[in-house]
Amino acid sequence: MDLSQFKVVEIANAVKSKKISAVEVTQHFLSRIENLDKKINSFISVNQHAITEAKKIDEVVASGKDPGLLAGVPIAVKDLLCTEGLKTTAASKILANFIPPYDASVVANLKQHGAVVIGKTNLDEFAMGSSNETSAFGNVKNPWNLEYVPGGSSGGSAAALAARLSPAAIGTDTGGSIRQPASFCGVYGIKPTYGRVSRYGIIAYASSLDQAGPMAHSTEDCALLLESFAGRCKHDSTTSAEPVPKWSKNLRDDLSGMRIGLPKEYFAAKIDDDTQKIIDQAIKTVEKRGAKTVEVHLPLVKYAVPIYYLIATSEASSNLARYDGIRYGHRANMQEHKVKTIDELYSISRGEGFGTEVKRRIVLGTYALSSGYYDAYYQKACQVRNLLRAQFLKAFESCDILMSPVTLSPAFKIGSRVKSVLEMYMNDIFTTSTNLTGLPGMSVPGGYSANGLPIGVQITARHFDEQSLFNVSFALEKHLVKEARSPHVI
Amino acid sequence: MSYSDFEPVIGLEIHAQLLTKSKLFCSCPTQFGLGDNDNTCPVCTAMPGALPVLNKQAVDFSMKTGLALNCKIRETSVFARKQYFYPDLPKGYQISQYDKPLCEEGFVEFMLNGEKKRVRIERAHMEEDAGKSIHNGDHTLINLNRAGVPLLEIVSGPDMRSAQEAAEYARTVRQILLYLEVCDGNLEEGSLRCDCNVSVRRKGTEKFGTRTEIKNINSFRFIEKAIEYEIHRQIDCILSGEKIVLETRLYDPDKNRTFTMRSKEEAHDYRYFPEPDLLPLKVEQAWIIESKEALPELPIARATRFTEQYKIPQYDALVLTTEKTLANYFEETAEVSKNPKAASNWVMTELLRELNNAQKDVSNSPISAKHLGELILEIDKGTISGKIAKSVFLEMWKTQKDPVRIINEKGLVQISDNSSIEKMIDDIINTNAGQVEQYRAGKEKLFGFFVGQVMKVSKGQANPELVNELLKTKLKG
Repeated sequence: MDLSQFKVVEIANAVKSKKISAVEVTQHFLSRIENLDKKINSFISVNQHAITEAKKIDEVVASGKDPGLLAGVPIAVKDLLCTEGLKTTAASKILANFIPPYDASVVANLKQHGAVVIGKTNLDEFAMGSSNETSAFGNVKNPWNLEYVPGGSSGGSAAALAARLSPAAIGTDTGGSIRQPASFCGVYGIKPTYGRVSRYGIIAYASSLDQAGPMAHSTEDCALLLESFAGRCKHDSTTSAEPVPKWSKNLRDDLSGMRIGLPKEYFAAKIDDDTQKIIDQAIKTVEKRGAKTVEVHLPLVKYAVPIYYLIATSEASSNLARYDGIRYGHRANMQEHKVKTIDELYSISRGEGFGTEVKRRIVLGTYALSSGYYDAYYQKACQVRNLLRAQFLKAFESCDILMSPVTLSPAFKIGSRVKSVLEMYMNDIFTTSTNLTGLPGMSVPGGYSANGLPIGVQITARHFDEQSLFNVSFALEKHLVKEARSPHVI
Repeated sequence: MSYSDFEPVIGLEIHAQLLTKSKLFCSCPTQFGLGDNDNTCPVCTAMPGALPVLNKQAVDFSMKTGLALNCKIRETSVFARKQYFYPDLPKGYQISQYDKPLCEEGFVEFMLNGEKKRVRIERAHMEEDAGKSIHNGDHTLINLNRAGVPLLEIVSGPDMRSAQEAAEYARTVRQILLYLEVCDGNLEEGSLRCDCNVSVRRKGTEKFGTRTEIKNINSFRFIEKAIEYEIHRQIDCILSGEKIVLETRLYDPDKNRTFTMRSKEEAHDYRYFPEPDLLPLKVEQAWIIESKEALPELPIARATRFTEQYKIPQYDALVLTTEKTLANYFEETAEVSKNPKAASNWVMTELLRELNNAQKDVSNSPISAKHLGELILEIDKGTISGKIAKSVFLEMWKTQKDPVRIINEKGLVQISDNSSIEKMIDDIINTNAGQVEQYRAGKEKLFGFFVGQVMKVSKGQANPELVNELLKTKLKG
């Protein structure tokens, strides 16, 4: 039996039934990271206490107590989530040596369910990017082809999964940061409904858009992982009291009666042939499973990218103000720079600590919130955002799920878009609306391009209807991709 | 032109620290005493990823205050981020209410030199306090114990026309906060902070002059003096042809002057925007109604009731209602003694004097309201004279014993039987024949001398009315 191919559910069951120990599982994945991650660079750090923590799970199992839903399951956690006693960097120089005194609620919940944090995965600095090229710790490579980007910002989590360095991963999604890398790396990834998952302890990029979610190798794994950490959190007042169903127990691949909406505006975009082909196959698959497809109209989605970049950068400019070098994080060498005033200390510390893309977004957001520009930019964007939300809700009157590509094309070559900021931003054309409207969205592996790169299918559901997402994902999982491929690196 | 041609326009911003147990957005305690930065957590030190959660008690206190200030309560109010960099502001922004505050459009009323004044309240909004910077030569230390402590900022209209009126307004707001028990009202310790906006204009003109803001005033007396100084400074400026600069000034009580802290041109663009980490604050009508019904009787209403119910002068009523504890004390004394006027006199003169001398608050008075009431009862029953009562009062202050016990233990019961007083008078007439002769010859002023003699012999215990009556008869001969 090859542990690397095990699903989350299989590992948890094997550990619970003592077929294998949590320590063996952890050891297995730690040595894979040790051997393979030099090529991929998907981890920023590995948890030195992982074995000790796995031992504790084994002790619980031995004592006959319930070790939890995720007993002994190694989890690769995006390095944007705080982990108590374990370095958390946001892939930024400004937090290069930051060790949080507390766990993010997601992490605390995972641990409570018996999961073992195996390491912290690489990302675009402060989750700002779509290719993982803005990390201060070097870019991540796509395990399917090392010359290509893994996507971003949760590129480390997606790549670690694809290379089977961990059976499960946690990402965060502000404008597509789970779905796009999941698509580029051929894994499942869900951005839950805004308010489903606590943001407490997740380093904020854009508070009204950020949402953490699971990434894994199956629909069931994603559902199970999400069950373990979704729900109301007393530390995050934007979380919802909506009950958390047992999604993993209610998966159905029979889609009879379900209406799948195909947004006309999305299909009018310049989608490349491979991607179009896979979407067409996905449509056929869901129709075969009993769903009806309908065309829907979302004319405002053409504004999604601009309003996303106004709102996200505005919030980011404020959220990143706390990195001032006073209480923690990088502080400029005052003697070397002959720092005389507090303002100099701020600007030199932040100037040294933040990378180019982060600075670009802080400047953009600061500008959009400035007096005299606020009404025209930030406020206008919020108004359009409300209209966009209303338009999506309207579309959901005639369908239950929206289906579209995740991106216009599969993964691109490392370095190929670094110079063209706008082209990079347009990457987010299909994904940002989901965050702006707070809807749940998922990327499901759909197949491969001619040159062997994975391509995902994006599905979006009504608020809090993750079950429909999982069902469609489950149907695609069982009936769309017939061939089992593995990335070259493994 | 002279000073009298100008009129000042004054508005106040009062920051009241709310007496909640925990901070506004985290569960850290608000009471310190322990070491620097002991009362902190990931939220109030702005660790990466930490989020605010609103303290319900702070909302309750703010709403109560708003209602007591006759404000409208917004059913949906919104928190915003006010952004600026400062080392004791950990997040790089302060969470505050901006364009949609909880309380708006209220007013307070108070008496000023016998005249009723009304000052509008523009708004009262919740916000968090910053930490404390301690500058120490070449370095600065940051203490974040105070960061995140809840404040209510109460903004008046530009309605006041004298320094005295402004100080009286501030006292009134403080009184209300104390009555509601939502703030300890301590200006010196900074749990109540007052910024004064001052401008002057020529009398008869509508347009406001350029204003300055005075910060850092830590007593009511200084509020008055600082504003007074600032009004004169501004008029002097105008008279000498200078321009008033929009700026923030600090008051130095030692020099009794204000000086420039920073000009508003250096002011920040705070880039306010709605706080995405908190949902809009919704207060249901039922909660507002419940709070309104639970409001205690407020000072001015209580003073009015005192004048009507106890028939005491308005001045007395206003003094007695300055503090809730004092008003309660008076009411209990009045009830026990069944003599509100005497109760008012005793509280206003004897009690307040002793409390002042001892720097004590009425809540720590060694003499309870019940005991003071009993003392008045003894006077009214004729057991002791008013004069003896004063010495009993002092004994009560020292020993905390009840008055009846002191009267009995010291044998101070008033002598009220005719025969013993007559005997004393007879002795005095016999030993002072000369004075008796002069008195009978028409020198009536000597009557006081005889009263004094009787009181001396009786050690003050003779009933003064009886002494008067019997002396008159006996001296006639």
